[in-house]
Amino acid sequence: MKDRTKLVESALDAIADIRDDAVLMVGGFGLCGIPEHLIEALRVKGVKGLTCISNNAGVDDFGLGRLLKTGQVRKMVSSYVGENKTFERLFLDGSLEVELVPQGTLAERIRAGGAGIPAFYTPTGVGTLVAEGKETKIFDGREYVLERALKADFALVKARRADSLGNLQYDFTAMNFNPAMATAANITLAEVEEIVAIGEMHPATIHTPGIYVQRVVCGGTYEKRIEQRTVRARASAGGSQ
Amino acid sequence: MSTTSKVSPIPGVLSREALARRAAQEVRAGMYVNLGIGIPTLVANEIPADKHVVLQSENGILGMGPFPFEGEERADLINAGKQTVTLVPGASVFSSDASFAMIRGGHVDLTILGAMEVSEKGDLANWMIPGKMVKGMGGAMDLVAGSPYVVVVMQHCAPDGSPKVLKNCTLPLTGKKVVKKVITDRAVLEVRDEGLFVLEIIPGMTFEELEACTEAHLKKSPTGIKELRP
Repeated sequence: MKDRTKLVESALDAIADIRDDAVLMVGGFGLCGIPEHLIEALRVKGVKGLTCISNNAGVDDFGLGRLLKTGQVRKMVSSYVGENKTFERLFLDGSLEVELVPQGTLAERIRAGGAGIPAFYTPTGVGTLVAEGKETKIFDGREYVLERALKADFALVKARRADSLGNLQYDFTAMNFNPAMATAANITLAEVEEIVAIGEMHPATIHTPGIYVQRVVCGGTYEKRIEQRTVRARASAGGSQ
Repeated sequence: MSTTSKVSPIPGVLSREALARRAAQEVRAGMYVNLGIGIPTLVANEIPADKHVVLQSENGILGMGPFPFEGEERADLINAGKQTVTLVPGASVFSSDASFAMIRGGHVDLTILGAMEVSEKGDLANWMIPGKMVKGMGGAMDLVAGSPYVVVVMQHCAPDGSPKVLKNCTLPLTGKKVVKKVITDRAVLEVRDEGLFVLEIIPGMTFEELEACTEAHLKKSPTGIKELRP
């Protein structure tokens, strides 16, 4: 199996064939579970005119926010884009195109894209701006709106660990959109925190089977920035106040 | 609205915490519940410890716990408000598409969320003000479309005194005919096929006074109006 390895040396090697105007899916929820090294590699490479399908747009100086700042993104397809001044400026001056999609519809459009389903009916957004111009149909007395599947040239996903076959495991809520996106692109690039030997992950615990993944890069150190650090006070240990 | 309609602070209106406490009464033992951002998040603090309830967070948690102790927060474990959280024993984590299949499929029993406007037919507007920066609807449209029981928690009026409980919403909708109950700092209202019924009013306020600060047509509950005591 050695010559069939999907491991590549660096994030720059992984994105080598991403060109201007590419359509990308980028995993993550807020800053949780984002492919931070692949995003940084795109910034270094300087590819432009990108369409990014991603639940959020990062913050001003981290995540996809970095590519917004350098003007490399032409269009975002997202469900929530608050907390980002760069985004706001680009959107209001008309230099960034935005398609807002309800979060569950976004997830399902991606899932459908990977599962060979071209479109599906959903109750989400019926009677709202989201349904305008779309076909609707009544099933069992309830109205549904037809939504199209999403596909991309490349998916950039982040996982906790991988083996050289491209099998992936995610950690806690860093999973989010990553597994669905891994299935819905022509080429899926996975960055991970550690590479393990083939067979080390129990087969029943693999979240993304290697068939969906073309390249794996070990990201090494991760910043993993926390957007909202919320904690609770510890009860005092001594018992006295 | 004329400028003279500006409402001075109403005695007896509920605080955010009291509002959350009243909303917590909608939560029954055994329920799977999704809480929105803002006052709905506070509802978690008001659920009695002996009432077994499972909190869902749409980024992929069933069994969300309280905030972590300082030093124990992890970047890979957040809620849909992007806050660091913990898991309770027996919790599970899953992908966004699985989470919304759960929500859309009607498996999450109760959704409690905030509103900018709500109509007497149960329409909800809470994601967009035209002409202002639009941040997106996040998961709200899916939650209200999928949840069998949608409860709105809100201030009865805007800060300028204008009503937020309306005949028809003026803002773009999050969902049409989705809200079942409206809990405000002045009253508890229920959306039924026959109209919007008043179930509870804060002590000291009359039905007529409530009508005066509400645009929607209010009906008296046939079983009587109780005092709103959270």
